[in-house]
Amino acid sequence: MTRTRIVLTLALASALTLAGLAGARTSSHAKAGVNTAVSGTITFDGIWTSSSGQPQFQDVINLFNKTYPNVHVNYKPVGNNLPTVLATAVAGGHPPDMADIAQPGTVAQFAAQGKLKPITYAKSAMAANFAPAWQQLGTYSGKLYALPFKAANKSVVWYSVPTFKTAGVTPPKTFSQLLTDAKTIHASGTPAYSIGGADGWTLTDMFENIYLRTFGAAKYDALSQHKIKWTDPSVTTALKTMAKIIGDTSNIYGGTSGALQYGFNQSVTNAFSSPPKAAMVFEADFVGGVITSSTKAKPNTGFNTFTWPSITPGPDASAVEIAGDLFVTFRDNPAIEAFVKFLATAPAAEAWAKQGGFGTGNKNVPASIYPDAITRATEAPISQAKSVVFDMSDEQPPAFGATTGQGEWGLFQNFLKSPSDVSGIQKQLEAAAAAAYKK
Amino acid sequence: MAAPPSGAESGRLGRYLVGAFFLAPALFMLGVWMVYPAVYTIVRSFFGPTGFFGHWVGFHNYKTLFTTSTLTTAIKNNAIWVAVVPAMVTAVGLVFAVLTERIRWAVAFKTAIFLPMAISAFATGVTWRIMYQQDPGLGAVNALGKTISGVFSPAGVLSSAFPSTPTLQTTSSGALVLKTPVMPGGVTKLGLTGIAPDAVPKGAVQAVLPASKPGDVVGVVWRDFKPGGGKAGVVEKGELGLPGVTVELRSAAGKVVQSTKSAANGTFDFTKVSSGTYHAAIGAQTFAKPFGGFAWLGPNLIVPSLLIAYIWIWAGFAMVVIGAGLAAMPRDVLEAARTDGGTEWQVFRRVTVPLLAPVLSVVFVTMIINVLKVFDIVYALAPESEYAKANVIALAMYFTAFQGAGNFGIGSAIAVFLFLLVVPVLALNIRRFKREV
Repeated sequence: MTRTRIVLTLALASALTLAGLAGARTSSHAKAGVNTAVSGTITFDGIWTSSSGQPQFQDVINLFNKTYPNVHVNYKPVGNNLPTVLATAVAGGHPPDMADIAQPGTVAQFAAQGKLKPITYAKSAMAANFAPAWQQLGTYSGKLYALPFKAANKSVVWYSVPTFKTAGVTPPKTFSQLLTDAKTIHASGTPAYSIGGADGWTLTDMFENIYLRTFGAAKYDALSQHKIKWTDPSVTTALKTMAKIIGDTSNIYGGTSGALQYGFNQSVTNAFSSPPKAAMVFEADFVGGVITSSTKAKPNTGFNTFTWPSITPGPDASAVEIAGDLFVTFRDNPAIEAFVKFLATAPAAEAWAKQGGFGTGNKNVPASIYPDAITRATEAPISQAKSVVFDMSDEQPPAFGATTGQGEWGLFQNFLKSPSDVSGIQKQLEAAAAAAYKK
Repeated sequence: MAAPPSGAESGRLGRYLVGAFFLAPALFMLGVWMVYPAVYTIVRSFFGPTGFFGHWVGFHNYKTLFTTSTLTTAIKNNAIWVAVVPAMVTAVGLVFAVLTERIRWAVAFKTAIFLPMAISAFATGVTWRIMYQQDPGLGAVNALGKTISGVFSPAGVLSSAFPSTPTLQTTSSGALVLKTPVMPGGVTKLGLTGIAPDAVPKGAVQAVLPASKPGDVVGVVWRDFKPGGGKAGVVEKGELGLPGVTVELRSAAGKVVQSTKSAANGTFDFTKVSSGTYHAAIGAQTFAKPFGGFAWLGPNLIVPSLLIAYIWIWAGFAMVVIGAGLAAMPRDVLEAARTDGGTEWQVFRRVTVPLLAPVLSVVFVTMIINVLKVFDIVYALAPESEYAKANVIALAMYFTAFQGAGNFGIGSAIAVFLFLLVVPVLALNIRRFKREV
């Protein structure tokens, strides 16, 4: 009996010691920065689906959970219909806690309707990590509403390396060099341009890059906010410059009618198929993802990038046009505040950046985090460029800047159909913009 | 005398209650998901763009409906759909039903024709979008066209080539003529670019500028391009000659005097040329473009393309319904007609079709209702750049209410308008069912 009692006592003692040690470990863990006090569930509606960013964003959430284990973030992948889904949810009175909105114009609309909660608590985190221009991006009537988490560099041109080699041309630095190179590529037997005009936003991106590089960031912002009208002579110049590309119809793969039928994805596969059917695609850094998933072209030997050529020399000659994902909140509680403050820090961005396919304006993310040279060349300028502007069509009211077949998207498709009718398009753009801004 | 009424009444009341109890779930769902939204939409159409109701605008939304070009195009397109599709579907279904009635493997044929009904309209739209691609290398329809046209008018050897210098000019027939005149003993140069390296004819070697021969006209036709461009109009190292090209010697008036083929290094030699001025040219057949494909998804053909795809789906449905009607038709009438000396066509036109009239009208009216509401096939098949041209009422409602513009007032007005279009047709159908019963 005594032996059993000894054994039992020993077992109890060891169990209690282990428990005590474990307890000591958790308490020492809590001292190391884990916050168990903040708890809750956050519903997050996002654009990224399982094939386009959801696993990477989940890595960001997992990193967040290391510091805040009791906050559960329920990410719901909605895909490209997010604006529609969100608009209906907001109108119905049951929006998610947080959402990812790609258009500042839409964010402004929601903020004006009073649906968003300001994220003023994240101001200091943002100030420590982002240049003032980025904080301005998410600010409406003086209050901070949105955190620009992910950004895409739209001032990038992707080209087919073998086509350039056959033609004997090198990536152009200026626009006039670009036109000469395009002529040489055409003479070598391949059309120079692959345009995905069925998706109107590719055409607006081309116009915006041209306008930015001809007139600079200040005038770009003025046009963006409709302080300059679309009938302004500066717009005429930019449209005429753009006509030099889209009017060169024999140099576009598929001609004008092909350009109108090919969407963005197809324009990329056309340029990087084997053999390549065209030489260049004027689109953002996310083209890389389409190339690797849909074609067999390899980096450096099959495809490479160069910065959008400069037009007017000056400080904005290599300005960067970005598009991005703005995170907004529809409610306010300690869990949401913790998550938003975390997302503004460099480790959050790095968790995704090191996997590629991600750009950020966070100036504390080093260029060395990007996995390869091409990604570095396209993503690093986002946070390091001196002059940064946001995609103009995204900043417009969505009725003008982000509606399929109407507004900017539809009118630029009409411009692609008849590039000689510059003044006609200008009048229609101005009419559509005026109507959208009036509302 | 007094007792039975209360018993009968309570029995009737009991029966009503039981009936109501069984109907209640369905009535509840109908009320929530059909009656309430319908009433709300009708009321909403008189209000402004945003908000649960917004501000009152009266009939303004309906006025916009008939004055905005996108919406009038949609109405016009739906009118085209209604005029063409029900008639075509019924006709094609009738033809198939009659043809597959008395053949072997009837079931197999009927299944094959009915199969398109098994896939969703959206999937059909995506599939036909791929098939309608303009590039014959990608789109099945144009690939077929290319095969057929390749038999009758084969593509030229250098269909994508164009001159490297302005002195070589295209004529109206597609030939290339060198403007610079040449006389016997002269050397002429025909430089072409726009030829991909793998499109150069086989056996080509470095181009050579030949020495002049008295009494002959010599020259070279070559790929005037080397990496970096090179000098236009000058034969340089690395530039290949174009063998097998038919070069013509034309008189000053334009008549072809001689023609010859170029050698592996691109040189050609017109011998025994009498004195005079001539122009060297390359015949149009060298530049004959291969079939480029019809732009099925372009602005001119997008509506017909949609109609074809839609008829492809629904012809099977029409065939099955009409086939059932055919099977139920009394055979003796047909036999009588045949013995009376009618040809198959007369029997078909004067006996079969009138007897099938009720079935045909069922199919016809069903198709009208379907076509008024058409949405998914247009959304999936038409490229974004053609939405304005191919617009239909349901698509316009979706874009106006739910896409960027977010104008729920006009969107509701469009929905009400569509409802008003469909209601008469529905009423017709219901009245017919009642009559038959």
